[in-house]
Amino acid sequence: MTRLSLLFLSLCSFAAAQSAPDLEKRLADLEKAAKAAQTAGDNSWMLTSSALVLMMTGPGLALFYGGLVRRKNVLSTMMHSFVLMAVVSVLWAVVGYSIAFDEGNPFFGGLKYLFLNGVGADPNGDYAGTIPQATFMVYQLMFAIITPALISGAFAERIKFSGMLLFTTLWLLIVYLPMAHMVWGKNGFLGATWGKIPTFDFAGGTVVHITSGVSALVCALYLGKRKGFGTDPMRPHSLVLSTVGACLLWVGWFGFNAGSALAANALATSAFVATHFATAAAALGWMVAEWMKTGKPSILGAISGAVAGLVAITPASGFVTPMPAMLIGLIAGVVCYLMVSVVKSKFGYDDALDAFGVHGIGGTIGAILTGVFATKEVNDLRMGMPMGLIDGNAGQVVNNMIGAAIAWGLAIVGTLVILKVCDAVTGVRADETAEIDGLDLSMHGEEGYNFEA
Amino acid sequence: MKKIEAIIQPHKIEEVKEALKKIGIDGMTITEVRGHGRQKGHKEVYRGMEYQVDLLPKVKIELVVPGGRAEEVIKTLADAARTGKIGDGKIFVFDVAEAIRIRNDDRGEIAL
Repeated sequence: MTRLSLLFLSLCSFAAAQSAPDLEKRLADLEKAAKAAQTAGDNSWMLTSSALVLMMTGPGLALFYGGLVRRKNVLSTMMHSFVLMAVVSVLWAVVGYSIAFDEGNPFFGGLKYLFLNGVGADPNGDYAGTIPQATFMVYQLMFAIITPALISGAFAERIKFSGMLLFTTLWLLIVYLPMAHMVWGKNGFLGATWGKIPTFDFAGGTVVHITSGVSALVCALYLGKRKGFGTDPMRPHSLVLSTVGACLLWVGWFGFNAGSALAANALATSAFVATHFATAAAALGWMVAEWMKTGKPSILGAISGAVAGLVAITPASGFVTPMPAMLIGLIAGVVCYLMVSVVKSKFGYDDALDAFGVHGIGGTIGAILTGVFATKEVNDLRMGMPMGLIDGNAGQVVNNMIGAAIAWGLAIVGTLVILKVCDAVTGVRADETAEIDGLDLSMHGEEGYNFEA
Repeated sequence: MKKIEAIIQPHKIEEVKEALKKIGIDGMTITEVRGHGRQKGHKEVYRGMEYQVDLLPKVKIELVVPGGRAEEVIKTLADAARTGKIGDGKIFVFDVAEAIRIRNDDRGEIAL
Protein backbone atom coordinates (compact mmCIF):
# COMPACT_ATOMS: atom_id res chain seq x y z
CA MET A 1 0.00 0.00 0.00
CA THR A 2 2.69 2.44 1.11
CA ARG A 3 4.81 1.49 -1.81
CA LEU A 4 1.95 2.05 -4.18
CA SER A 5 1.16 5.54 -2.84
CA LEU A 6 4.86 6.42 -2.93
CA LEU A 7 4.97 5.43 -6.54
CA PHE A 8 1.89 7.52 -7.22
CA LEU A 9 3.38 10.58 -5.52
CA SER A 10 6.62 10.37 -7.36
CA LEU A 11 4.75 9.99 -10.62
CA CYS A 12 2.80 13.11 -9.81
CA SER A 13 5.83 15.19 -8.95
CA PHE A 14 7.50 13.92 -12.09
CA ALA A 15 4.52 15.12 -14.09
CA ALA A 16 4.54 18.48 -12.32
CA ALA A 17 8.22 18.96 -12.92
CA GLN A 18 7.69 18.11 -16.54
CA SER A 19 4.98 20.77 -17.04
CA ALA A 20 6.06 23.54 -14.64
CA PRO A 21 6.23 26.34 -17.24
CA ASP A 22 2.98 25.07 -18.69
CA LEU A 23 1.30 25.26 -15.28
CA GLU A 24 2.62 28.73 -14.65
CA LYS A 25 1.16 29.91 -17.91
CA ARG A 26 -2.15 28.29 -17.10
CA LEU A 27 -2.13 29.97 -13.67
CA ALA A 28 -1.44 33.35 -15.25
CA ASP A 29 -4.21 32.75 -17.76
CA LEU A 30 -6.57 31.79 -14.96
CA GLU A 31 -5.66 34.92 -13.02
CA LYS A 32 -6.27 37.00 -16.11
CA ALA A 33 -9.61 35.33 -16.71
CA ALA A 34 -10.67 35.86 -13.08
CA LYS A 35 -9.73 39.52 -13.31
CA ALA A 36 -11.59 39.92 -16.59
CA ALA A 37 -14.63 38.26 -15.05
CA GLN A 38 -14.55 40.65 -12.11
CA THR A 39 -14.17 43.63 -14.40
CA ALA A 40 -17.08 42.39 -16.48
CA GLY A 41 -19.29 42.13 -13.39
CA ASP A 42 -18.21 45.39 -11.77
CA ASN A 43 -18.20 47.37 -14.98
CA SER A 44 -21.66 46.26 -16.01
CA TRP A 45 -23.07 47.33 -12.65
CA MET A 46 -21.23 50.65 -12.73
CA LEU A 47 -22.41 51.48 -16.25
CA THR A 48 -25.95 50.59 -15.19
CA SER A 49 -25.57 52.76 -12.09
CA SER A 50 -24.27 55.66 -14.17
CA ALA A 51 -27.36 55.50 -16.36
CA LEU A 52 -29.61 55.22 -13.28
CA VAL A 53 -28.09 58.34 -11.74
CA LEU A 54 -28.56 60.30 -14.97
CA MET A 55 -32.19 59.17 -14.95
CA MET A 56 -32.56 60.85 -11.54
CA THR A 57 -32.01 64.26 -13.11
CA GLY A 58 -33.93 63.63 -16.30
CA PRO A 59 -36.69 62.71 -16.12
CA GLY A 60 -36.75 62.12 -12.33
CA LEU A 61 -36.01 65.55 -10.87
CA ALA A 62 -37.38 67.38 -13.93
CA LEU A 63 -40.78 65.72 -13.37
CA PHE A 64 -40.67 66.03 -9.58
CA TYR A 65 -39.92 69.75 -9.68
CA GLY A 66 -41.90 70.37 -12.87
CA GLY A 67 -45.11 69.16 -11.29
CA LEU A 68 -44.63 71.33 -8.19
CA VAL A 69 -44.62 74.67 -10.02
CA ARG A 70 -47.50 76.54 -11.62
CA ARG A 71 -48.38 75.52 -15.16
CA LYS A 72 -46.79 78.65 -16.67
CA ASN A 73 -43.37 77.57 -15.37
CA VAL A 74 -43.37 73.84 -16.02
CA LEU A 75 -41.03 73.92 -19.01
CA SER A 76 -38.53 76.35 -17.52
CA THR A 77 -38.34 74.23 -14.38
CA MET A 78 -37.76 71.06 -16.38
CA MET A 79 -35.21 72.93 -18.46
CA HIS A 80 -33.25 73.82 -15.32
CA SER A 81 -32.64 70.10 -14.84
CA PHE A 82 -32.29 69.11 -18.48
CA VAL A 83 -29.88 71.82 -19.56
CA LEU A 84 -27.49 70.81 -16.78
CA MET A 85 -27.26 67.35 -18.31
CA ALA A 86 -25.55 69.14 -21.19
CA VAL A 87 -23.72 72.01 -19.47
CA VAL A 88 -22.17 69.98 -16.66
CA SER A 89 -21.15 67.17 -19.01
CA VAL A 90 -19.11 69.56 -21.16
CA LEU A 91 -17.55 71.22 -18.12
CA TRP A 92 -16.77 67.83 -16.62
CA ALA A 93 -14.89 66.64 -19.69
CA VAL A 94 -12.92 69.87 -20.01
CA VAL A 95 -11.93 70.60 -16.40
CA GLY A 96 -14.39 69.16 -13.88
CA TYR A 97 -13.16 65.60 -13.54
CA SER A 98 -9.57 66.73 -13.19
CA ILE A 99 -10.32 69.29 -10.48
CA ALA A 100 -12.37 66.79 -8.51
CA PHE A 101 -10.26 63.67 -8.89
CA ASP A 102 -6.68 64.51 -9.81
CA GLU A 103 -4.56 64.44 -6.66
CA GLY A 104 -3.64 68.15 -6.46
CA ASN A 105 -3.75 69.42 -2.89
CA PRO A 106 -6.18 68.40 -0.11
CA PHE A 107 -8.72 71.07 -1.18
CA PHE A 108 -8.46 71.27 -4.94
CA GLY A 109 -7.52 68.72 -7.55
CA GLY A 110 -4.90 69.09 -10.25
CA LEU A 111 -4.92 69.47 -14.00
CA LYS A 112 -3.63 66.04 -15.02
CA TYR A 113 -6.98 64.86 -16.43
CA LEU A 114 -7.80 68.08 -18.27
CA PHE A 115 -9.78 67.25 -21.44
CA LEU A 116 -10.00 63.70 -20.04
CA ASN A 117 -6.35 63.23 -20.83
CA GLY A 118 -5.35 59.67 -19.87
CA VAL A 119 -8.83 58.71 -18.74
CA GLY A 120 -9.56 55.50 -20.60
CA ALA A 121 -9.82 51.74 -20.24
CA ASP A 122 -7.13 51.39 -17.55
CA PRO A 123 -8.48 51.44 -14.00
CA ASN A 124 -7.43 54.13 -11.55
CA GLY A 125 -6.39 52.10 -8.49
CA ASP A 126 -6.86 55.05 -6.15
CA TYR A 127 -10.60 54.94 -6.69
CA ALA A 128 -11.80 51.77 -8.35
CA GLY A 129 -9.27 49.14 -9.32
CA THR A 130 -11.56 46.82 -11.24
CA ILE A 131 -13.30 49.14 -13.69
CA PRO A 132 -12.00 51.38 -16.47
CA GLN A 133 -11.26 54.88 -15.19
CA ALA A 134 -13.59 56.16 -17.91
CA THR A 135 -16.45 54.32 -16.18
CA PHE A 136 -15.56 55.90 -12.84
CA MET A 137 -15.30 59.28 -14.56
CA VAL A 138 -18.71 59.06 -16.22
CA TYR A 139 -20.33 57.72 -13.04
CA GLN A 140 -19.03 60.68 -11.04
CA LEU A 141 -20.22 63.02 -13.79
CA MET A 142 -23.81 62.02 -13.14
CA PHE A 143 -23.46 63.22 -9.53
CA ALA A 144 -22.09 66.55 -10.71
CA ILE A 145 -25.15 66.93 -12.97
CA ILE A 146 -27.82 66.35 -10.36
CA THR A 147 -26.25 68.49 -7.62
CA PRO A 148 -26.73 71.94 -9.19
CA ALA A 149 -30.07 70.72 -10.58
CA LEU A 150 -31.28 70.21 -7.00
CA ILE A 151 -30.66 73.90 -6.26
CA SER A 152 -33.10 74.89 -8.99
CA GLY A 153 -35.93 74.04 -6.61
CA ALA A 154 -35.12 77.19 -4.65
CA PHE A 155 -35.04 79.68 -7.53
CA ALA A 156 -37.81 78.14 -9.62
CA GLU A 157 -40.42 80.41 -11.19
CA ARG A 158 -38.36 83.59 -10.96
CA ILE A 159 -34.78 83.15 -12.21
CA LYS A 160 -33.44 84.54 -15.44
CA PHE A 161 -32.21 81.72 -17.69
CA SER A 162 -28.87 83.31 -18.59
CA GLY A 163 -28.24 84.02 -14.91
CA MET A 164 -29.09 80.44 -14.06
CA LEU A 165 -26.58 79.11 -16.61
CA LEU A 166 -23.77 81.35 -15.37
CA PHE A 167 -24.65 80.63 -11.75
CA THR A 168 -24.58 76.85 -12.10
CA THR A 169 -21.36 76.92 -14.14
CA LEU A 170 -19.51 78.98 -11.52
CA TRP A 171 -21.14 77.03 -8.69
CA LEU A 172 -19.88 73.76 -10.10
CA LEU A 173 -16.33 75.10 -10.30
CA ILE A 174 -16.22 76.93 -6.99
CA VAL A 175 -18.42 74.89 -4.66
CA TYR A 176 -19.02 71.39 -6.02
CA LEU A 177 -15.62 70.41 -7.40
CA PRO A 178 -13.60 71.44 -4.31
CA MET A 179 -16.12 69.75 -2.03
CA ALA A 180 -16.07 66.54 -4.08
CA HIS A 181 -12.28 66.64 -4.05
CA MET A 182 -12.09 67.16 -0.30
CA VAL A 183 -14.34 64.19 0.40
CA TRP A 184 -13.61 61.74 -2.41
CA GLY A 185 -10.46 62.95 -4.19
CA LYS A 186 -7.08 61.32 -3.63
CA ASN A 187 -5.60 62.79 -0.43
CA GLY A 188 -8.66 65.00 0.01
CA PHE A 189 -8.88 66.87 3.31
CA LEU A 190 -12.01 65.02 4.46
CA GLY A 191 -11.31 61.63 2.81
CA ALA A 192 -12.53 58.61 4.75
CA THR A 193 -9.21 56.75 4.45
CA TRP A 194 -6.55 59.34 3.75
CA GLY A 195 -8.05 62.63 5.00
CA LYS A 196 -6.70 64.90 7.75
CA ILE A 197 -10.20 64.78 9.21
CA PRO A 198 -11.66 61.50 7.98
CA THR A 199 -15.39 61.87 7.37
CA PHE A 200 -17.77 59.18 6.19
CA ASP A 201 -19.85 60.23 3.22
CA PHE A 202 -20.59 57.12 1.22
CA ALA A 203 -22.60 58.52 -1.67
CA GLY A 204 -22.65 62.27 -1.28
CA GLY A 205 -24.75 63.45 1.66
CA THR A 206 -22.26 66.23 2.25
CA VAL A 207 -20.89 66.65 -1.26
CA VAL A 208 -24.26 66.62 -3.02
CA HIS A 209 -27.07 67.35 -0.61
CA ILE A 210 -25.64 69.74 1.97
CA THR A 211 -23.88 71.83 -0.68
CA SER A 212 -26.95 72.02 -2.92
CA GLY A 213 -29.48 72.41 -0.10
CA VAL A 214 -27.62 75.17 1.71
CA SER A 215 -26.85 76.98 -1.54
CA ALA A 216 -30.56 76.73 -2.32
CA LEU A 217 -31.38 78.60 0.88
CA VAL A 218 -28.89 81.33 -0.01
CA CYS A 219 -30.43 81.61 -3.50
CA ALA A 220 -33.95 81.82 -2.09
CA LEU A 221 -32.92 84.59 0.32
CA TYR A 222 -30.88 86.48 -2.29
CA LEU A 223 -33.52 86.34 -5.03
CA GLY A 224 -36.38 87.18 -2.72
CA LYS A 225 -39.91 85.87 -2.83
CA ARG A 226 -41.84 85.10 -5.96
CA LYS A 227 -44.22 87.87 -6.93
CA GLY A 228 -47.49 87.25 -5.16
CA PHE A 229 -45.98 84.88 -2.60
CA GLY A 230 -48.35 84.53 0.32
CA THR A 231 -51.29 86.14 -1.50
CA ASP A 232 -51.63 84.43 -4.88
CA PRO A 233 -52.31 80.72 -4.90
CA MET A 234 -49.13 78.81 -5.81
CA ARG A 235 -50.43 75.29 -5.79
CA PRO A 236 -48.46 72.56 -7.57
CA HIS A 237 -49.95 72.32 -11.05
CA SER A 238 -49.58 68.54 -11.36
CA LEU A 239 -48.81 66.19 -8.52
CA VAL A 240 -49.19 63.43 -11.09
CA LEU A 241 -45.91 64.51 -12.70
CA SER A 242 -44.30 64.94 -9.27
CA THR A 243 -45.27 61.44 -8.18
CA VAL A 244 -43.88 59.85 -11.33
CA GLY A 245 -40.71 61.90 -10.81
CA ALA A 246 -40.36 60.85 -7.18
CA CYS A 247 -40.70 57.18 -8.14
CA LEU A 248 -37.97 57.57 -10.75
CA LEU A 249 -35.79 59.26 -8.12
CA TRP A 250 -36.30 56.33 -5.76
CA VAL A 251 -35.29 53.80 -8.43
CA GLY A 252 -32.42 55.92 -9.73
CA TRP A 253 -31.09 56.35 -6.22
CA PHE A 254 -30.11 52.68 -6.16
CA GLY A 255 -27.50 53.62 -8.75
CA PHE A 256 -26.50 56.62 -6.65
CA ASN A 257 -26.02 54.75 -3.37
CA ALA A 258 -25.43 51.09 -4.27
CA GLY A 259 -23.29 52.23 -7.20
CA SER A 260 -21.08 54.14 -4.78
CA ALA A 261 -19.57 50.80 -3.76
CA LEU A 262 -17.87 51.15 -7.18
CA ALA A 263 -18.19 47.39 -7.64
CA ALA A 264 -20.90 44.74 -7.89
CA ASN A 265 -20.09 43.41 -4.44
CA ALA A 266 -21.74 42.71 -1.09
CA LEU A 267 -21.24 46.32 -0.01
CA ALA A 268 -23.34 47.42 -2.98
CA THR A 269 -26.10 45.10 -1.83
CA SER A 270 -25.87 46.44 1.70
CA ALA A 271 -26.16 50.03 0.44
CA PHE A 272 -29.07 49.06 -1.81
CA VAL A 273 -30.93 47.47 1.10
CA ALA A 274 -30.24 50.34 3.53
CA THR A 275 -31.38 52.85 0.90
CA HIS A 276 -34.62 51.07 0.28
CA PHE A 277 -35.68 50.65 3.90
CA ALA A 278 -34.70 54.18 4.89
CA THR A 279 -36.81 55.57 2.06
CA ALA A 280 -39.84 53.50 3.01
CA ALA A 281 -39.62 54.60 6.65
CA ALA A 282 -39.15 58.24 5.66
CA ALA A 283 -42.22 58.24 3.39
CA LEU A 284 -44.31 56.88 6.25
CA GLY A 285 -42.71 59.27 8.76
CA TRP A 286 -43.63 62.38 6.77
CA MET A 287 -47.06 61.03 5.86
CA VAL A 288 -48.03 60.18 9.44
CA ALA A 289 -46.65 63.45 10.86
CA GLU A 290 -48.72 65.36 8.33
CA TRP A 291 -51.77 63.20 8.95
CA MET A 292 -51.57 64.00 12.66
CA LYS A 293 -51.06 67.70 12.06
CA THR A 294 -53.45 68.55 9.23
CA GLY A 295 -55.83 65.62 9.37
CA LYS A 296 -55.01 64.26 5.91
CA PRO A 297 -52.16 62.11 4.58
CA SER A 298 -51.21 63.66 1.24
CA ILE A 299 -49.34 61.98 -1.61
CA LEU A 300 -47.16 65.09 -1.85
CA GLY A 301 -46.23 64.39 1.77
CA ALA A 302 -45.49 60.73 1.11
CA ILE A 303 -43.27 61.43 -1.92
CA SER A 304 -41.51 64.34 -0.22
CA GLY A 305 -40.81 62.08 2.74
CA ALA A 306 -39.36 59.44 0.42
CA VAL A 307 -36.99 62.00 -1.11
CA ALA A 308 -35.99 63.24 2.37
CA GLY A 309 -35.20 59.65 3.34
CA LEU A 310 -33.18 59.06 0.18
CA VAL A 311 -31.19 62.20 0.96
CA ALA A 312 -30.54 61.28 4.59
CA ILE A 313 -29.48 57.71 3.87
CA THR A 314 -27.10 58.77 1.10
CA PRO A 315 -24.00 59.35 3.28
CA ALA A 316 -24.87 56.39 5.53
CA SER A 317 -25.89 53.83 2.90
CA GLY A 318 -22.54 52.04 2.74
CA PHE A 319 -21.94 52.09 6.48
CA VAL A 320 -25.14 51.06 8.28
CA THR A 321 -27.31 47.98 8.76
CA PRO A 322 -30.99 48.00 7.77
CA MET A 323 -32.54 48.84 11.17
CA PRO A 324 -30.48 51.99 11.81
CA ALA A 325 -31.17 52.85 8.16
CA MET A 326 -34.91 52.76 8.84
CA LEU A 327 -34.40 54.93 11.91
CA ILE A 328 -32.40 57.47 9.89
CA GLY A 329 -35.18 57.56 7.30
CA LEU A 330 -37.92 57.94 9.88
CA ILE A 331 -36.13 60.83 11.62
CA ALA A 332 -35.46 62.56 8.29
CA GLY A 333 -39.08 62.18 7.19
CA VAL A 334 -40.49 63.75 10.34
CA VAL A 335 -37.87 66.48 10.77
CA CYS A 336 -37.96 67.56 7.12
CA TYR A 337 -41.75 67.75 7.29
CA LEU A 338 -41.60 70.03 10.32
CA MET A 339 -38.89 72.05 8.58
CA VAL A 340 -40.90 72.83 5.45
CA SER A 341 -44.32 73.15 7.09
CA VAL A 342 -43.53 74.92 10.35
CA VAL A 343 -40.05 76.44 10.38
CA LYS A 344 -40.13 77.74 6.80
CA SER A 345 -43.38 79.60 7.28
CA LYS A 346 -42.07 81.09 10.53
CA PHE A 347 -39.07 82.58 8.74
CA GLY A 348 -41.05 83.38 5.62
CA TYR A 349 -38.32 82.73 3.01
CA ASP A 350 -39.53 81.45 -0.36
CA ASP A 351 -37.66 78.20 -1.00
CA ALA A 352 -40.16 77.47 -3.75
CA LEU A 353 -39.79 73.69 -3.95
CA ASP A 354 -38.08 73.10 -0.59
CA ALA A 355 -34.61 72.28 -1.83
CA PHE A 356 -33.20 73.49 1.49
CA GLY A 357 -35.81 71.89 3.72
CA VAL A 358 -35.34 68.49 2.10
CA HIS A 359 -31.73 68.42 0.87
CA GLY A 360 -30.01 70.83 3.25
CA ILE A 361 -31.71 69.53 6.38
CA GLY A 362 -31.98 65.88 5.25
CA GLY A 363 -28.31 65.93 4.21
CA THR A 364 -27.19 67.35 7.55
CA ILE A 365 -29.26 64.83 9.51
CA GLY A 366 -27.74 62.08 7.38
CA ALA A 367 -24.18 63.32 7.89
CA ILE A 368 -24.52 63.36 11.68
CA LEU A 369 -26.39 60.05 11.91
CA THR A 370 -23.80 58.38 9.66
CA GLY A 371 -21.24 59.20 12.35
CA VAL A 372 -23.57 57.60 14.87
CA PHE A 373 -24.58 54.40 13.09
CA ALA A 374 -21.57 53.54 10.91
CA THR A 375 -20.39 50.03 11.76
CA LYS A 376 -17.46 47.84 10.76
CA GLU A 377 -19.95 45.01 10.41
CA VAL A 378 -20.98 46.66 7.13
CA ASN A 379 -17.85 48.50 6.07
CA ASP A 380 -14.51 47.68 7.66
CA LEU A 381 -12.82 50.78 6.31
CA ARG A 382 -10.68 51.26 9.41
CA MET A 383 -9.33 47.69 9.41
CA GLY A 384 -11.03 46.34 12.50
CA MET A 385 -11.11 49.65 14.37
CA PRO A 386 -14.55 50.94 15.45
CA MET A 387 -16.34 52.99 12.81
CA GLY A 388 -19.17 55.10 14.27
CA LEU A 389 -20.53 55.94 17.70
CA ILE A 390 -22.35 52.61 18.06
CA ASP A 391 -19.03 50.85 17.39
CA GLY A 392 -17.46 52.96 20.15
CA ASN A 393 -15.91 55.71 18.02
CA ALA A 394 -17.70 58.83 19.22
CA GLY A 395 -15.14 61.02 17.45
CA GLN A 396 -16.65 60.07 14.10
CA VAL A 397 -19.77 62.10 14.91
CA VAL A 398 -17.56 65.13 15.47
CA ASN A 399 -15.62 64.48 12.26
CA ASN A 400 -18.80 64.19 10.26
CA MET A 401 -20.11 67.40 11.83
CA ILE A 402 -16.90 69.17 10.83
CA GLY A 403 -17.33 67.86 7.28
CA ALA A 404 -20.92 69.11 7.26
CA ALA A 405 -19.87 72.49 8.67
CA ILE A 406 -17.23 72.91 5.95
CA ALA A 407 -19.86 72.12 3.33
CA TRP A 408 -22.26 74.65 4.89
CA GLY A 409 -19.55 77.32 5.00
CA LEU A 410 -18.34 76.74 1.45
CA ALA A 411 -21.91 76.69 0.16
CA ILE A 412 -22.92 79.91 1.90
CA VAL A 413 -19.84 81.94 1.02
CA GLY A 414 -19.38 80.48 -2.47
CA THR A 415 -23.03 80.91 -3.45
CA LEU A 416 -23.20 84.49 -2.18
CA VAL A 417 -20.09 85.51 -4.09
CA ILE A 418 -21.29 83.76 -7.25
CA LEU A 419 -24.73 85.37 -7.03
CA LYS A 420 -23.13 88.82 -6.71
CA VAL A 421 -21.01 88.15 -9.79
CA CYS A 422 -23.95 86.81 -11.80
CA ASP A 423 -26.09 89.75 -10.75
CA ALA A 424 -23.47 92.10 -12.14
CA VAL A 425 -22.88 90.16 -15.36
CA THR A 426 -26.23 88.76 -16.49
CA GLY A 427 -28.68 89.58 -13.70
CA VAL A 428 -30.30 86.73 -11.84
CA ARG A 429 -33.89 87.64 -11.22
CA ALA A 430 -36.37 87.71 -14.08
CA ASP A 431 -38.04 91.09 -14.50
CA GLU A 432 -41.57 91.52 -13.28
CA THR A 433 -43.39 91.09 -16.60
CA ALA A 434 -41.36 87.99 -17.40
CA GLU A 435 -42.26 86.51 -14.04
CA ILE A 436 -45.96 87.34 -14.37
CA ASP A 437 -46.14 85.90 -17.91
CA GLY A 438 -44.33 82.79 -16.68
CA LEU A 439 -40.78 81.81 -17.50
CA ASP A 440 -41.88 79.30 -20.15
CA LEU A 441 -43.17 82.04 -22.38
CA SER A 442 -40.81 84.85 -21.40
CA MET A 443 -37.52 82.90 -21.33
CA HIS A 444 -38.14 80.06 -23.77
CA GLY A 445 -41.01 81.20 -25.99
CA GLU A 446 -42.99 78.03 -25.39
CA GLU A 447 -45.87 76.72 -23.33
CA GLY A 448 -46.13 73.35 -21.63
CA TYR A 449 -49.78 72.76 -22.41
CA ASN A 450 -51.16 73.99 -25.70
CA PHE A 451 -54.83 73.10 -25.45
CA GLU A 452 -55.75 74.49 -28.81
CA ALA A 453 -52.95 72.65 -30.57
CA MET B 1 -87.14 82.71 -28.50
CA LYS B 2 -85.49 82.29 -25.14
CA LYS B 3 -81.92 81.52 -24.29
CA ILE B 4 -81.59 79.30 -21.25
CA GLU B 5 -78.25 79.37 -19.48
CA ALA B 6 -77.85 76.90 -16.66
CA ILE B 7 -74.83 76.44 -14.38
CA ILE B 8 -74.98 73.00 -12.82
CA GLN B 9 -72.94 70.41 -10.92
CA PRO B 10 -70.55 68.63 -13.33
CA HIS B 11 -71.73 65.16 -12.30
CA LYS B 12 -75.32 66.03 -13.28
CA ILE B 13 -74.61 66.71 -16.95
CA GLU B 14 -75.52 63.25 -18.25
CA GLU B 15 -78.86 63.20 -16.41
CA VAL B 16 -79.73 66.67 -17.68
CA LYS B 17 -78.83 65.75 -21.27
CA GLU B 18 -80.97 62.62 -21.08
CA ALA B 19 -83.95 64.48 -19.60
CA LEU B 20 -83.78 67.19 -22.28
CA LYS B 21 -83.49 64.59 -25.03
CA LYS B 22 -86.68 62.95 -23.76
CA ILE B 23 -88.67 66.16 -24.31
CA GLY B 24 -87.09 66.60 -27.73
CA ILE B 25 -84.34 69.12 -27.04
CA ASP B 26 -81.21 67.99 -28.88
CA GLY B 27 -79.11 71.10 -29.38
CA MET B 28 -77.05 72.62 -26.65
CA THR B 29 -73.60 74.03 -25.95
CA ILE B 30 -71.66 72.94 -22.90
CA THR B 31 -68.66 74.61 -21.26
CA GLU B 32 -66.56 73.57 -18.30
CA VAL B 33 -66.43 76.60 -16.02
CA ARG B 34 -65.32 77.57 -12.54
CA GLY B 35 -67.13 79.77 -10.12
CA HIS B 36 -68.72 80.14 -6.77
CA GLY B 37 -71.93 81.35 -5.25
CA ARG B 38 -73.18 80.51 -1.82
CA GLN B 39 -71.43 77.14 -1.79
CA LYS B 40 -68.24 77.36 0.24
CA GLY B 41 -65.02 76.06 -1.31
CA HIS B 42 -62.57 73.73 0.36
CA LYS B 43 -59.12 73.82 1.93
CA GLU B 44 -56.07 72.24 0.30
CA VAL B 45 -52.72 71.81 2.07
CA TYR B 46 -49.41 71.48 0.22
CA ARG B 47 -46.38 70.96 2.46
CA GLY B 48 -48.01 72.93 5.24
CA MET B 49 -49.16 75.77 2.96
CA GLU B 50 -52.94 76.16 3.15
CA TYR B 51 -54.94 77.28 0.16
CA GLN B 52 -58.62 78.14 0.26
CA VAL B 53 -60.03 76.93 -3.05
CA ASP B 54 -63.36 78.66 -3.67
CA LEU B 55 -63.61 78.57 -7.45
CA LEU B 56 -65.25 75.22 -7.94
CA PRO B 57 -65.70 73.32 -11.18
CA LYS B 58 -69.16 73.62 -12.74
CA VAL B 59 -70.70 72.97 -16.14
CA LYS B 60 -72.51 75.67 -18.07
CA ILE B 61 -75.28 74.63 -20.49
CA GLU B 62 -76.56 77.08 -23.07
CA LEU B 63 -79.56 76.39 -25.24
CA VAL B 64 -82.06 78.47 -27.20
CA VAL B 65 -85.69 77.28 -27.44
CA PRO B 66 -88.95 78.61 -28.91
CA GLY B 67 -90.53 80.99 -26.40
CA GLY B 68 -93.51 78.67 -25.82
CA ARG B 69 -91.35 75.81 -24.67
CA ALA B 70 -89.15 77.73 -22.25
CA GLU B 71 -91.03 76.90 -19.05
CA GLU B 72 -91.18 73.19 -19.83
CA VAL B 73 -87.46 73.08 -20.62
CA ILE B 74 -86.54 75.03 -17.50
CA LYS B 75 -88.58 72.67 -15.31
CA THR B 76 -87.10 69.55 -16.92
CA LEU B 77 -83.58 70.91 -16.61
CA ALA B 78 -83.99 71.99 -13.00
CA ASP B 79 -85.57 68.70 -11.95
CA ALA B 80 -82.75 66.70 -13.53
CA ALA B 81 -79.98 68.87 -12.08
CA ARG B 82 -81.36 69.10 -8.56
CA THR B 83 -79.73 67.29 -5.62
CA GLY B 84 -81.25 69.58 -3.00
CA LYS B 85 -77.90 70.67 -1.64
CA ILE B 86 -76.12 74.03 -1.80
CA GLY B 87 -74.10 74.17 -5.01
CA ASP B 88 -76.76 72.83 -7.39
CA GLY B 89 -76.39 75.96 -9.50
CA LYS B 90 -78.61 78.52 -11.22
CA ILE B 91 -80.62 79.04 -14.40
CA PHE B 92 -80.81 82.37 -16.24
CA VAL B 93 -83.28 83.10 -19.03
CA PHE B 94 -82.75 85.73 -21.76
CA ASP B 95 -84.80 87.00 -24.68
CA VAL B 96 -83.20 86.23 -28.01
CA ALA B 97 -83.47 88.81 -30.81
CA GLU B 98 -82.61 86.56 -33.73
CA ALA B 99 -81.31 83.10 -34.62
CA ILE B 100 -79.52 82.37 -37.90
CA ARG B 101 -78.47 79.03 -39.30
CA ILE B 102 -75.12 79.70 -40.96
CA ARG B 103 -75.43 76.88 -43.49
CA ASN B 104 -78.50 78.18 -45.33
CA ASP B 105 -79.34 81.51 -43.71
CA ASP B 106 -82.58 80.22 -42.09
CA ARG B 107 -83.87 82.77 -39.65
CA GLY B 108 -86.03 82.69 -36.51
CA GLU B 109 -87.37 79.60 -34.74
CA ILE B 110 -86.82 77.45 -37.81
CA ALA B 111 -83.09 77.96 -37.35
CA LEU B 112 -83.10 76.46 -33.84
